[in-house]
Amino acid sequence: MFKIRESCPDKVEDILRRFPQKKSASIPLLYLAWDTYGYVSKEAIQEVAEILGTTPAYIQGIATFYTMFPMEPRGKYHIEVCNNISCFLMGANTILETLEKKLGIQPGECSADGQFSLQAVECLAACSWGPCLHLNGKEYQQLTPEKIDEILDPLMKEAACVK
Amino acid sequence: MVAETRLLLERIGSPDILTVEGVLKKGGYASLKKAVTTMTPEEVRNEVKHSGLRGRGGAGFPTAMKWSFIPKNTDKPIYLCCNADESEPGTCKDRVIIDHDPHLLLEGILLTCYAIGSKQAFIYIRGEFHRGAEILAMAIEDARRHGLIGERIYGTDFSCQIEVYRGAGAYICGEETSLLTSLEGERGYPRNKPPFPAVSGLYNCPTIINNVETLAAVPLIIEKGGEWFAQFGTEKSAGTKLLCISGHVNKPGVYEVPLGTMTLREFIEDFGGGVPGGKKIKGVIPGGSSMPVMRDEELDIPLTFEDIQAAGSSLGSGAIIVMDETVDMVEAALIIAKFYAHESCGQCTPCREGARWFVQIVEAIHTGQGQPGDVEMLLEICKSEYTSICPLWTAAVWPVRAFVTKFRDEFEA
Ligand SMILES: Cc1cc2nc3c(=O)[nH]c(=O)nc-3n(C[C@H](O)[C@H](O)[C@H](O)COP(=O)(O)O)c2cc1C
Ligand code: SF4
Ligand code: FES
Repeated sequence: MFKIRESCPDKVEDILRRFPQKKSASIPLLYLAWDTYGYVSKEAIQEVAEILGTTPAYIQGIATFYTMFPMEPRGKYHIEVCNNISCFLMGANTILETLEKKLGIQPGECSADGQFSLQAVECLAACSWGPCLHLNGKEYQQLTPEKIDEILDPLMKEAACVK
Repeated sequence: MVAETRLLLERIGSPDILTVEGVLKKGGYASLKKAVTTMTPEEVRNEVKHSGLRGRGGAGFPTAMKWSFIPKNTDKPIYLCCNADESEPGTCKDRVIIDHDPHLLLEGILLTCYAIGSKQAFIYIRGEFHRGAEILAMAIEDARRHGLIGERIYGTDFSCQIEVYRGAGAYICGEETSLLTSLEGERGYPRNKPPFPAVSGLYNCPTIINNVETLAAVPLIIEKGGEWFAQFGTEKSAGTKLLCISGHVNKPGVYEVPLGTMTLREFIEDFGGGVPGGKKIKGVIPGGSSMPVMRDEELDIPLTFEDIQAAGSSLGSGAIIVMDETVDMVEAALIIAKFYAHESCGQCTPCREGARWFVQIVEAIHTGQGQPGDVEMLLEICKSEYTSICPLWTAAVWPVRAFVTKFRDEFEA
């Protein structure tokens, strides 16, 4: 398991250099591992542990504490919809329902073709511009069902072509 | 109507301020130059003391006083951590500075490092702010190239480094001791205080943690003087405050206002544009989801930290959430209770168990399965509010208690 160290040795070095103590590198390295392996797989955890000279169990404990790290593969397009209080008041439920219907999946699920996964998440700090979602980390604000069509239709068309 | 007073947000929207060259033309980094070339760190601390600046992260602690807790003549390195975790539901103000005027924040960080004797600052930014982290990293690189970050800044003995550290989705890491554990690369568990971070914080070294908005106010204070800053707002709520308004209003957004110049209701009507469809207000959460909800008839009080506190709630992080007459308050309480249950780190029994019980009971009431005595049980659980390591448990208790007592008929229906 040398995938991270082989594909981006400079980044590993850079991360380790940035902190007064090596252990601070665990979260930045998990981000790098996610990038390299596509999700935080067993192998990814193992490699981060090797880099830091600690046990996989210890790294696993850290990775699972933080909700952003995907411990399983996600869809090619991962959609996170805020359903906290401000977005709820501004119509997040309608947005979530629109997405569920359109994609045929429930929050926490991935579509059968592996293209889309959906998650309901906590406040994304866009409360004054809700409802909002993140698509592969990119933020979309002031959502309406029509806006969801605009965002997703091109991606769904592309997915259909690939099939 | 009182107009918006843009002090911190003054440069927002002007072209080119994302680059050092652009921001220098707008007076950026002038305060840093003034401080390091003509003022002692003590003089900088005194200006901030005279400004009356209080922390903008939620607790409102006097900033200069916090800085003064760093032990004198310590031989350990001193760290500054900028809290950019911005995760309290309703709050979306720090990101306005991060995304649109990152150099204001960097200048505030450098000035604070100078004031407290630190050579290394970290910006702990929530993982979901991908774009914000990129903007900050680019701004830091740019400032380094211009000699504004690094060794011997403006040719003086002052040297300082700034690093961005991305969290990865954990509300609790906004709590300052949890932020430090997380920055040390561990699971973000809060620690008992004392020791306070100013004495023993990051890597057991003296550490100051300040919110983004707090630090962004420092350049102005140094440029124009503490007394100038203090003339805005009230004695106990000095300066301007960024307020985020969301929920059932016509013009949700982030506005900068001097506190004490209007009532809470006036802010909702004049800045928030009132409630859509001419509906009535049922409740307002004045300071982020952990603060006690207020009823419509309680809103005619001056918009200041002290007046809202006297009314039994808090301006907290400055996030005002408006709920109109159609809102089911049991459902609103349930959403908030679920959030705190999800974010409890599980170290303390009252928080781990109590937050879960809140959800179970409120959910039962919401789905029509409530039992007689549920309301009393909720209020009973609330009594353990101060028995935990960190204030997250208190943050879970306050909204439940306020929703239940102020809208009791809906919980008993
Ligand atoms: C559960 C919890 C979450 C918090 N989240 C944040 C946050 O997201 N951002 C923030 O600046 N402060 C947050 N705080 C407050 C910090 O602990 C700390 O008081 C603050 O960052 C200090 O900065 P200030 O003095 O400039 O306000 C939180 C506190 C608690 C108890
Ligand atoms: S109060 Fe809750 S979040 Fe805070 S340390 Fe205890 S269990 Fe963790
Ligand atoms: S409540 Fe949805 S972004 Fe804050």
